[in-house]
Amino acid sequence: MSNPFSLKGKSIMVTGASSGIGRSIAIECSHMGADIIMVARNQSRLEETLSMMGEGNHVMILTHLEIEEELDNLVENITSLDGVVHCAGIAPHHPFKFVSRSKFEETFAVNFFAPALLSQKLVKKKKMSKPSSIVFISSISGNCIAASASTAYCSSKAAIGGLVKSMAVDLASQGIRVNSISPGAIRTAIFDSGQFSEEDIKAEEQRYLLKRLGKPEDIAYAAIYLLSDASSWTTGSNIVVDGGYTVL
Amino acid sequence: MDINCFIEAFADLFEETEADAFSPETHFRDLAEWSSLIALSVMSMIDDEYDVQLNASELRQANTIQELFEIVSSKKS
Ligand SMILES: NC(=O)c1ccc[n+]([C@@H]2O[C@H](COP(=O)([O-])OP(=O)(O)OC[C@H]3O[C@@H](n4cnc5c(N)ncnc54)[C@H](OP(=O)(O)O)[C@@H]3O)[C@@H](O)[C@H]2O)c1
Repeated sequence: MSNPFSLKGKSIMVTGASSGIGRSIAIECSHMGADIIMVARNQSRLEETLSMMGEGNHVMILTHLEIEEELDNLVENITSLDGVVHCAGIAPHHPFKFVSRSKFEETFAVNFFAPALLSQKLVKKKKMSKPSSIVFISSISGNCIAASASTAYCSSKAAIGGLVKSMAVDLASQGIRVNSISPGAIRTAIFDSGQFSEEDIKAEEQRYLLKRLGKPEDIAYAAIYLLSDASSWTTGSNIVVDGGYTVL
Repeated sequence: MDINCFIEAFADLFEETEADAFSPETHFRDLAEWSSLIALSVMSMIDDEYDVQLNASELRQANTIQELFEIVSSKKS
């Protein structure tokens, strides 16, 4: 019996594949049969990801996603894609009193402009197959809830919410589906930036209906659904994967 | 770097605690108003005013305002 979740023969680009959620997405998609184009800045961490992946025709393209010329080069290097997962992101903490244009711009450069413009360039240069799927890793922050000292981050993720719906409308006729995933807290480098003690984390876990924080694979499996033919009738949607955090 | 200016900028991050509660010897984590948001504000203030980037574990090493001031001074030089 054929598996509707299989990614066999699909070519999928994953940004932020050198760490955390993006790394897990690259690994799990490779196990489902995909060929992966991994994008990030750190070569040795990308190689580490590669060493954990299943067989396939995988490549790495080192890219500073906040630099427009590097986005152009990246797109030049692509022949054709069946899927893209925009996972690269940053989560700086600035109390609202201390935000500034430059701090907003720094966050938006990676979290909003990079995935928006990379998608635009891929579509314009006809690199997206028909059908294909674009997935944004957004967040419950900015879309369902907000965390403290996160105005720049939450704003950038809320902007992704609007972008996804609007892109879904514009790209439906070309057979390109556009969706997002909004994770709750996942234990990765972004989360473990030294700001939280083990006690804080234990207390945080109790705020989740399922009494644990997320694992990167929890998000990777949702990405597999959105990239596979199983989601052929899903576009313009946002899947909340948060251990029940936002229903409480 | 002047400790009095530092204390003034530090005190300015608090809404309810009176200015006379702040001295070099103040154990700032014991103040009723201390919170994780104020901790982040302290790091932002130090970045803006002194161009020094402290991480959370460096901040945790200081108990008094004087100790924090010394960490910032040593990173600045
Ligand atoms: N962890 C959570 O709790 C959580 C919750 C909700 C949403 N999210 C979202 O999930 C995504 C991944 O987060 P994570 O937790 O996996 O973070 P992470 O472990 O810190 O990984 C971030 C990734 O982004 C890449 N990246 C950052 N800036 C880049 C740039 N300028 N150019 C190219 N690549 C860049 C990094 O690669 P290099 O350093 O190698 O360039 C790294 O691979 C983010 O969009 C985040 O907002 C995370």
